[in-house]
Amino acid sequence: MNLDELQKMAEQEREVKEGQPQKIRVCMGTGCVASFSDRVLQALNEKCKEMGLERDVLRLEVGCLGLCSNGPLVKVDKHNTLYQHVTPEDVPTILESLKEGPGEGDICPTDLPFFTRQQKIVLENSGVINPDQIEEYIAADGYLALLTAVSQMSPTEVIAEITHSGLRGRGGAGYPTGLKWNTVAKAPSEKKYVICNGDEGDPGAFMDRSVMEDDPHRVLEGMAIAAYAVGADQGYIYVRAEYPRAIKRLKTAINRAERLGLLGKNIGGTPFSFHVEVRVGAGAFVCGEETALIASIEGHRGQPRPRPPYPAQSGLWGFPTLINNVETFANVPSIIRRGAAWFAGIGTEKSKGTKVFCLTGAVAHTGLIEVPMGITLREIVFDIGGGIPNGRKFKAVQTGGPSGGCIPEQFLDMPVDYDSLKSVGSIMGSGGMIVIDDSSCMVDVAKYFMEFCMSESCGKCIPCRVGTAQMYHLLQQITAGEATMTELALLEELCEMVRDTSLCGLGQSAPNPVISTLRFFREEYLAHIQERRCPAGVCPITATEGVLSHA
Amino acid sequence: MPDATALYQVVTLVINGVEISARSDQTIMQAAEENEIEIPGLCHLTGLKDIGACRLCVVEVKGAPRLVPSCVTRVAEGMEIFTHSERVVNYRRTILEMLYAERNHVCSVCVSNGHCDLQALALKCGLEYVHLPYMTPRLKIDASHDRFVYDPNRCVLCTRCVRVCDEIEGAHTWDVMGRGIEARVVTDLGQPWGESETCTGCGKCVHVCPTGALFEKGKSVAEMEKRRQFLPYLTVMREVKR
Amino acid sequence: MPGLLSKPAPPSEDKRWRIVEATMRRNGYAPHALIETLHSIQETFGYLDEASMRYTAASLRVPLSKVYGVATFYHFFALKPQGKHVCVVCMGTSCYIKGAGTLLETVEKEYGIRAGETTPDGEISLLKARCIGSCGLAPACVLDGVVAPKVTPENLLERLKELTGQPAAAQKNGASKP
Repeated sequence: MNLDELQKMAEQEREVKEGQPQKIRVCMGTGCVASFSDRVLQALNEKCKEMGLERDVLRLEVGCLGLCSNGPLVKVDKHNTLYQHVTPEDVPTILESLKEGPGEGDICPTDLPFFTRQQKIVLENSGVINPDQIEEYIAADGYLALLTAVSQMSPTEVIAEITHSGLRGRGGAGYPTGLKWNTVAKAPSEKKYVICNGDEGDPGAFMDRSVMEDDPHRVLEGMAIAAYAVGADQGYIYVRAEYPRAIKRLKTAINRAERLGLLGKNIGGTPFSFHVEVRVGAGAFVCGEETALIASIEGHRGQPRPRPPYPAQSGLWGFPTLINNVETFANVPSIIRRGAAWFAGIGTEKSKGTKVFCLTGAVAHTGLIEVPMGITLREIVFDIGGGIPNGRKFKAVQTGGPSGGCIPEQFLDMPVDYDSLKSVGSIMGSGGMIVIDDSSCMVDVAKYFMEFCMSESCGKCIPCRVGTAQMYHLLQQITAGEATMTELALLEELCEMVRDTSLCGLGQSAPNPVISTLRFFREEYLAHIQERRCPAGVCPITATEGVLSHA
Repeated sequence: MPDATALYQVVTLVINGVEISARSDQTIMQAAEENEIEIPGLCHLTGLKDIGACRLCVVEVKGAPRLVPSCVTRVAEGMEIFTHSERVVNYRRTILEMLYAERNHVCSVCVSNGHCDLQALALKCGLEYVHLPYMTPRLKIDASHDRFVYDPNRCVLCTRCVRVCDEIEGAHTWDVMGRGIEARVVTDLGQPWGESETCTGCGKCVHVCPTGALFEKGKSVAEMEKRRQFLPYLTVMREVKR
Repeated sequence: MPGLLSKPAPPSEDKRWRIVEATMRRNGYAPHALIETLHSIQETFGYLDEASMRYTAASLRVPLSKVYGVATFYHFFALKPQGKHVCVVCMGTSCYIKGAGTLLETVEKEYGIRAGETTPDGEISLLKARCIGSCGLAPACVLDGVVAPKVTPENLLERLKELTGQPAAAQKNGASKP
């Protein structure tokens, strides 16, 4: 399929869609399916059959509509109504509304800041198209960027466009994407690889899962454009085994795209070929680290190795390899299609574009949001998130998962971008944003993350293997009310040492949650140690624990 | 003028204030060693591939954002290196403490007492006492092999045994199982060493082991001396054959 | 090691080994297909036993200890058979701050097993997950592959009883529905 054929197909598809009078979208994101939206869809199909509406009402299975806490969500296009907490019993009411207009039913106001304050690039198709239908992605201008790039742009021009857009890696560290592509493009080698890092392991983060499930072609298109730019012909997309739906959708998507000649051999009738394979992780957080991920694709234990050499020089099987995160690749088609200047116009001076966050924890509206860089934390938590429920008080926002930190109230008006978050001891991370209210104990939160890092440590280097276990033991002592100021001093000493000497990012950032809670919530640590009490009433101060178990 | 046909160039760099020259394909550790500056290391053993895992050999490089492992970092023109800054020396001591606290290293009853790399490093780095809490795991000793014993209580997970068995002997009987603080070196599918189908009984692992984790049967306290001459010998012989 | 030079035979006559065979063939019996192959075995048989690991090692020409090292590195692989029913408690951050710890304790107490263990009658395996990505529905569990949103200790026990077909009716009569 070449560019003309693609555009023709998109046109036709759009016409077909226009012709359909009634559209009902049922959210089939993991969140809503967990609240049984599949039963709602089944009831809807049966009811339509019963009422003879099969041809008149188009029922669309779409990806995440965002507001997971209010699922299952059903959207009726005609009067733009979003029904929330839908059960199969609500189906007749919804079908009735097609005639009468929205009257009854549990309706979610769509003018909530949760919806109006978002700006969607990566998620523009989420909740709109059926991810298993490539035609729907094409109708939404899908693969236009890829075919334009391979037929009308040189690889250098593609890289220049990405560089000028100011796109930075969405996996957490924020390395300039254009620079990375350029390094791989320049590496002298016959064989090169492109890897998409879909090993989203941060607890409290599911952005990448949503993108892969709701709009898999967008990720594949981004990878293909990258492959064209750097000169690779083979790609891998590494997905966590915990995301079976994403794996299935991606495999289907690859299949469909290959059949239309949008992936595989001679894409768009040009000499450029690109094959993608899905590789499934097996439950190891450390595989999000790029050298560990490469080891895992090669079939080894997922242990990182020292860098340099960087994967851009020597990656998969020793060949130059480009690794980007799911969300980074998902931004690429829009940048090529709409231009670097458009993208660079969104966000702040140093952080361009939007960022997808998983807003969870102690907020009224939890779910998936995409906001422009530079928005303040206050806007996210109190406007979009609807504030803290149950009359509780805001305490902190945790970003960056086990590599990040807790940001207290005094920084609520800080803009959300890579550099601001870093300046307060946290990181952007992959996009988990967990709101913590005053019912949580910050020492307990730090202990939770340290336990995570301890059991996810690969064990290769000593500071991370032993250091995380030692620090976890010290935090256990503090939360049990058994620690003295000596233990606190030792904890601080180990934080610094593990950060400075560990081999990879996991160990280097493992102390972050402790360092950041010690910086902003030191009084909570002191209460546990000096007064033997937990201010939030979470830690059972019983003085019975204290022996590090080796079970 | 450097030889244009050579794969390497000669670079000059400064280690601890002294200007030295080295080949660009050398690691910081090799360059330092040639100039009689000793950088401690544990997972490093000449003749085996370096993995940069123990972190004892980290050094400060001026302008680098992080400490770098000297066993796997190549020298570069103009590099300014500090191998024994106060920070690095302190960190090394803590790393050794971590090892002592992780398993059960009781020198007075150990076959390797007096011939142990860990013990020697502790002396060299001035480790006088361990201020980290001991974890004292109780790990089962494997004495199922005819000639050798594996005592995981003395293991530091340097993986020298794994590498020598794979790279030099070619049997790959040893590997690491589990992860993090639960990681252990094991033979084959984790069965007793004596039942291993792949072990050739060559004993290379025993002799590269830095501590008393692998030793010959019948040795008593302080009797287990390790002989490692075979390693550089085999490496050289293989290079000649190639 | 017999079968190293010729193509090794599957551990048993079981026809399901063909699925595993297909995975290896698709990857050209390359050593790097190790993880994919282990996935295939676990998906087909539920866990990795010694015979299956030996078969994998011989087929892909990977050392035994490496197969074992990989199988024990990744927490997704189980070396023991799982219970008839599997209850996974998500311990992701959102779930944790919304009380996943209590959920875990409740199940542990009720069935006398710890996370990672199976009841002696082989009915229930209890597992912890790092994050199942259903943070909007915290705290969440996965019961036999189905996500259960916003779980409380009470309704979790009730659902587990329903799964195992134990006298849930007697329990239900006594307890009012939430």
